[in-house]
Amino acid sequence: MDTVQTLILGFIGIVIVNNLVLTKFLGICPYLGVSGRIDMAFGMGMAVTFVVTLAGTLTWVIDHVFLVPYGLEVLRYLCFILVIAGAVQLVEMYVRKFFPPLYESFGIFLPLITTNCAILGLCLFLNLWGIDSLLEAVVLSVGAGVGFTMAICIMAGIRENLELADVPECLQGAPITLITAGLLTLAFMGFAGMIR
Amino acid sequence: MSDGTSLGKTFFAGIWDNNPVLRLLLGMCPTLAVTAAVKPALTMGFSVIFVLLFSNIVVSLLRHQLKPHLRILMFTLTIATAVTIADLALKAYLPDMSASLGPYIPLIIVNCIIIGRAEACASKNGLVVSIIDALGMGAGFTITLCILAAIREVLATGKIFEIPVMPSAFTPWAAMGMPVGAFVTLGLMLGGVNLISKKSA
Repeated sequence: MDTVQTLILGFIGIVIVNNLVLTKFLGICPYLGVSGRIDMAFGMGMAVTFVVTLAGTLTWVIDHVFLVPYGLEVLRYLCFILVIAGAVQLVEMYVRKFFPPLYESFGIFLPLITTNCAILGLCLFLNLWGIDSLLEAVVLSVGAGVGFTMAICIMAGIRENLELADVPECLQGAPITLITAGLLTLAFMGFAGMIR
Repeated sequence: MSDGTSLGKTFFAGIWDNNPVLRLLLGMCPTLAVTAAVKPALTMGFSVIFVLLFSNIVVSLLRHQLKPHLRILMFTLTIATAVTIADLALKAYLPDMSASLGPYIPLIIVNCIIIGRAEACASKNGLVVSIIDALGMGAGFTITLCILAAIREVLATGKIFEIPVMPSAFTPWAAMGMPVGAFVTLGLMLGGVNLISKKSA
């Protein structure tokens, strides 16, 4: 019973309270770049969720099975980035084979998931928070992906409406998006302190 | 190609015309995350300069051996090596700073500025141009970070480098130290830069 509670709390925590995008500033590039249309944003969110689940789980296993027992922590960052690059390659091949239209619409953004800080960030946070059960690592990885998808979809919804707004000329584009993101984090601060 | 004026131009392009943060919108994650105070921002800036210099030098020297399909992988491995060095050095000499920056130092690996410069400059140019480019881009990044951090630190705590600068009647704006302060300040800075470049154009 205790583990189930920890898992549920961890999941809600990483989706809402410690949302990687809104409180840890991770994955800001796709968050600003791909949030123009809501369907693209959702597709991106799904791809990131898949990669982060795979990468988070694999890096946790590699860290606990190989690196720590053999004292090879120095190689940690090299291994993590290789695993992430491999996972992205896998997703790219899969999407190209089975969903060609989706592959076309992603374009350059699919390989760019490799340099999405949310993914490497999560792998590092799993290590930093000292997560010591595989199940918890998997749940947190999925939660991070769901949180990212939620944040980028909310942002895309706001930006679709923002196109109709009368924004001062010098603030158009990136500046107003950043300010909107700021107000969004203000809203999410209301959840702070709910857990932990 | 490598005479003095064009090298100077390459250097200053990184600071203003092609400023990585304000013009190219690269490397936003560390920009927003470490700028609650000037000290961590400065540490982050110097770490990025080191990594940028290391990766640009290595990539520039290897540029004739690089195979197109393995290029990005090579860049990433070079950068990861440089970041590991920087991380270990910080842990050894500035343990407090390393602890407070936490995962944001290893996250330099996925900082788009570094891989972007390796791709756009170092894989096409000689050693000298690559070094100057790395220094210019790094300086542009560090300066932007410090300005943003100075604004936020003064407004959030009334101090700069932990020295009080504001009159005692000043009420600190707590929000400036939080994520919202980072987003809004950077948004307004970008707006200001747009305004200046439009006026001067």
